[in-house]
Amino acid sequence: MSHTIIAPPAGTAAATASPVKKRSQLAEVWRRLVRNKMAMFGLVVISLIIAAAITADWISPYDYRTQDLNAISQKPNAQHILGTDDLGRDILSRIIHGTRISLLVGFVSVSISVAVGGGLGAVSGYYGGTLDNVIMRFMDVLLAIPSILLAIAIVSAFGGGIINVMIAVGISSVPSYARIVKASVISIKENEFIEAARAIGASDFRIVTKHILPNAMAPIIVQATLGVAGAILSAAGLSFIGMGIQPPTPEWGAMLSNGRHIIRTAWHVATFPGLAIMLTIFALNLLGDGLRDALDPRLKN
Amino acid sequence: MSETLLEVKNLKKFFHTKKGLLKAVNNVSFAIPRGETLGIVGESGCGKTTTGRAAIRLVEATEGEILFEGKNIRTLNHKGLLDIRKNMQIIFQDPFASLNPRQALNEIIGEPLEIYKIGSKAEREERVASLMELVGLSPRLMNAYPHELDGGRRQRIGVARALCLNPKFIVCDEPVSALDVSIQAQILNLIQDLQDKLGLTYMFISHDLSVVKHLSDRVAVMYLGKIVEITRSSQIFKSPLHPYTQALLSAIPIPKVNIKRERIILEGDVPSPVNPPDGCIFAGRCRHVMPKCREKAPALKQVSPGHEVKCYLHHDESAEA
Repeated sequence: MSHTIIAPPAGTAAATASPVKKRSQLAEVWRRLVRNKMAMFGLVVISLIIAAAITADWISPYDYRTQDLNAISQKPNAQHILGTDDLGRDILSRIIHGTRISLLVGFVSVSISVAVGGGLGAVSGYYGGTLDNVIMRFMDVLLAIPSILLAIAIVSAFGGGIINVMIAVGISSVPSYARIVKASVISIKENEFIEAARAIGASDFRIVTKHILPNAMAPIIVQATLGVAGAILSAAGLSFIGMGIQPPTPEWGAMLSNGRHIIRTAWHVATFPGLAIMLTIFALNLLGDGLRDALDPRLKN
Repeated sequence: MSETLLEVKNLKKFFHTKKGLLKAVNNVSFAIPRGETLGIVGESGCGKTTTGRAAIRLVEATEGEILFEGKNIRTLNHKGLLDIRKNMQIIFQDPFASLNPRQALNEIIGEPLEIYKIGSKAEREERVASLMELVGLSPRLMNAYPHELDGGRRQRIGVARALCLNPKFIVCDEPVSALDVSIQAQILNLIQDLQDKLGLTYMFISHDLSVVKHLSDRVAVMYLGKIVEITRSSQIFKSPLHPYTQALLSAIPIPKVNIKRERIILEGDVPSPVNPPDGCIFAGRCRHVMPKCREKAPALKQVSPGHEVKCYLHHDESAEA
């Protein structure tokens, strides 16, 4: 054999020595996301809300606990931009502080459901068989109970408080993550690169964490973004019926519930927390939809 | 002839399906001497891919022995298998499906080193760069992702990954059938050059006889999970003995006009591997079928040195009776 290894034809302009820049798929996704105006609007709003949560102590005009009994249920005015509630507390300050609770509940409970549901789904999809059946039938049982009802049941059994609310909201959405992850794992594990990984001696753990899950991220990220919105809503709902976060902690759902008695005389007490919930969830949903489009490789270029 | 590197004895792989037991690989035996290439040809679904995967234990065989350097690898435990994996690798058919889209090229090629904890990070990178040069890729592509490359370059990555641990034996599972014809020759030459340079032993699976002819020392023809003929590559093109091999060869297009040749058209379909017929598996489509073919299957018998055929036509009558 005298022929030499035929090198592929050298690239045109890029053939010079400069190494190819590491442009990961994440950078690609970001590039596509930036082009989506609605998603960027969502991202900006979320960023502002996160910034508000971090700087709450400095930017809120009043202390959120201070009751000014001379200024009860004031309509929005120059001193209190969004008015005061029935105990004379500044609503704007309470909403700003409430972002901390809502975001915390949203992100922590989604993290719980992603970790638990994702783990169960990955195991179930990868190994299949009896283990899969046991896990998924248990998930079906959880899924059969409406998630808000399940959360109510968990909170009433273990009591209110922010930790229990996060756990309750987290557990109630575990099954949907388990299903999503399982479905993606099943389709990804059929790929030849999984077999290639096995051929080079990769362990099951390595195959799942290095080869399967990174390729299953897209649906998980989308579901998690939308899930944060759902979790905030669930937590607000729990607080609204008095089973979630207890006063005086400024939680949007609790504030909404608080204002519902006086909605005829002081509409703003219930309206502004409601608007805050709406805006946050709207922004998260826009971002989630945008991410779904950006992560879908079929829409590439 | 040099010593045998891989020997497969009575390999069987059955799959349980709804219709019954699917006999994908049914009693296949062959040996590959060190440094040689065994081509395996056959149509879709004849079990050639399953044979290749079972030979390196990517698919667990149902029965049989696989001797690698004289050691039966079917009885190895997890750790023993991990050791032997260094020596036996595989190149896949589809260069688009066989590379993880989330890994950069240096991660893909260097992953075996990471798994076996060989070398420091810098040493691994050096090894990856030299591998990329070996397969004809510029190391500057190291940080690129598979989706940025064309099919031929991707397949080179697959080759580099297979070579990473310095294996002795590589199963090439239709490595060029997903590529453009113009790229096929490049990859085939690469595979052949690597064999000369590194002394590799190949099992080359393909449905394309001309590709197999180019590379193989010996060729095994498979039909319905069995080897029907096995001989030296030159022999099979000069004097094919089994009627199925003859039919396969007559299907190779000849790039000449006005050439007259006898084309053997097979009739009927391949019988289902779930319920293979009694007697010879090819009897239903064979031009030379005899009554005894339908009763008892012929054995794979040597008809001349190094040429084995599973057909009564070429078996000694007296020995058969």
